[in-house]
Amino acid sequence: MGTPVPMVDYLELGDEPRLVANECTNCGARFFDHRVACASCGGQEFTKAPVPTDGEVRAFTIVGWAPPGVPAPYVAAIVDCGGTSVKGNVVNTPPDPDHVTLGMKVRLTTFPIGTDSTGTEAIGFGFEPIEGN
Amino acid sequence: MADDVWILGINMTKFGKHPDKEAVDLASEAAIAALADGGVSMKEMGVVAAGSLMNASAGIGQQVQKQIGQTGIPVYNVANACATGATALRTVMMAIKAGEVDMGLAVGVEKLSGAGMLGAGAGKPASDEWTPSGRYGAVTGLDGRVGTDMMPGVFAQVGMEYGHRYGGTSFELFARIAEKNHSHSTLNPLAAYTKAMSLEQIMGDPMIAYPNTRSMCSANCDGAAAAVLVSDAKLKTLSLEQRKRAVKISASVLTTDPWEEACQVLPNVNTLTRNAATTAYEQAGVGPEDLDLVELHDCFATAELVHYDNLMLCPEGGAVDFFQSGATWRDGSTPVNVSGGLESKGHPIAATGIANVWEVAHHLRGEAGDRQIEGAKVGLAHVIGLGSACGVHILEKSAA
Ligand SMILES: [Zn+2]
Repeated sequence: MGTPVPMVDYLELGDEPRLVANECTNCGARFFDHRVACASCGGQEFTKAPVPTDGEVRAFTIVGWAPPGVPAPYVAAIVDCGGTSVKGNVVNTPPDPDHVTLGMKVRLTTFPIGTDSTGTEAIGFGFEPIEGN
Repeated sequence: MADDVWILGINMTKFGKHPDKEAVDLASEAAIAALADGGVSMKEMGVVAAGSLMNASAGIGQQVQKQIGQTGIPVYNVANACATGATALRTVMMAIKAGEVDMGLAVGVEKLSGAGMLGAGAGKPASDEWTPSGRYGAVTGLDGRVGTDMMPGVFAQVGMEYGHRYGGTSFELFARIAEKNHSHSTLNPLAAYTKAMSLEQIMGDPMIAYPNTRSMCSANCDGAAAAVLVSDAKLKTLSLEQRKRAVKISASVLTTDPWEEACQVLPNVNTLTRNAATTAYEQAGVGPEDLDLVELHDCFATAELVHYDNLMLCPEGGAVDFFQSGATWRDGSTPVNVSGGLESKGHPIAATGIANVWEVAHHLRGEAGDRQIEGAKVGLAHVIGLGSACGVHILEKSAA
């Protein structure tokens, strides 16, 4: 048994899980992957920038035919978190157009996605509707 | 600026299932027919550019050459996602513009029947233990766990994003776009599917990625297309009949997605298309209002809507009203995808860029048969591939 590991390294676990982007120190462009350099300005220095956990669904789709190992249907979305675009599934709500709408307010949430041979859990993230939306 | 470049001969095979033919057979069939259409032979070609995305390392250009004539000329094998055919065309165009050759052959081919559309897959640890790897430090496959990487889902989000920004979209609206294209394909004997579909059928089809049902997605199929390009100076030495049927390439443009914040998580198919269109209209000296027909990259019904706007066929934000006005039906003011589009004519990836040009060229020549847009003089062909490449060609009827 180990401490849980995040599904991706831009997910920070802890009491208040959050996403952390690589931000270009020159122009402020944000990336979730490891960068050689900034796609916007070519700068090579980055700093860690926490991303707001609340956001708004800017686009979504309900995927009917999922890749192996992923339950379908599921809701894939692009969420605007205070000006940073984040890709992630909308969870904890039925996957239909009555329950997922453009512009709906959501917040980051985490959940276990499985356990490896050493008993270590991996933690994934998604976005859930904010009540009273 | 060098002289004009013309399409002298062009051909596409029937799109659909060709179980008895390999990619090289289909490509050779289209190439031989394009040469015959132009009234020229392989001996006169100075260059070949060819693409087959699923066989990108197989040297499809040399394979075709072995079937139709090994004349020792340079061959460029190109790969640029769904813009591969347009890239092949443009490669020949650049060789002619550079003055290296006066005639060349562009070929695109794909064998896609039965190809699935599932993504990379998610699930269990790659090894027995969760081990972060790759550029995201991921412990498992991300497709489906962090949004979707599948094309139907990506382009569904593109359409939904447009709806969020400008309003007016609905499942039914997107389905009506597919209804139009399936209806158009009934007049195209070379289309993979030639049956009209009712709105109920389209909306009732299996949901691939809301709001795109199966019949709102491009049809995976086999097919090839080829074109012979010629310089202006060389064309002047050819027969009157050849000159009459030649179609002018008034603009040939290729772009990629420039940086903007959100394109890192959802490919932006808008800006690079708008940039390509802007440059193409400038090059050709025509405006969207001059277009008699448009073949655009309707890889999904949701994509067609946003490209009305990107190609500036309507005012910015006006794509919904534009479609609802009936403008894009074949009897409308700007007929779009009268071939049936990728949704019904089919989408053999590397063939598509040249096939779209074939469609437009045939209308300009007055050779489009039952689906002829009467009096067509100017047309636009557009393709986009992720991520990312956009090709726009504007074609004009010969004055000869
Ligand atoms: Zn930068």
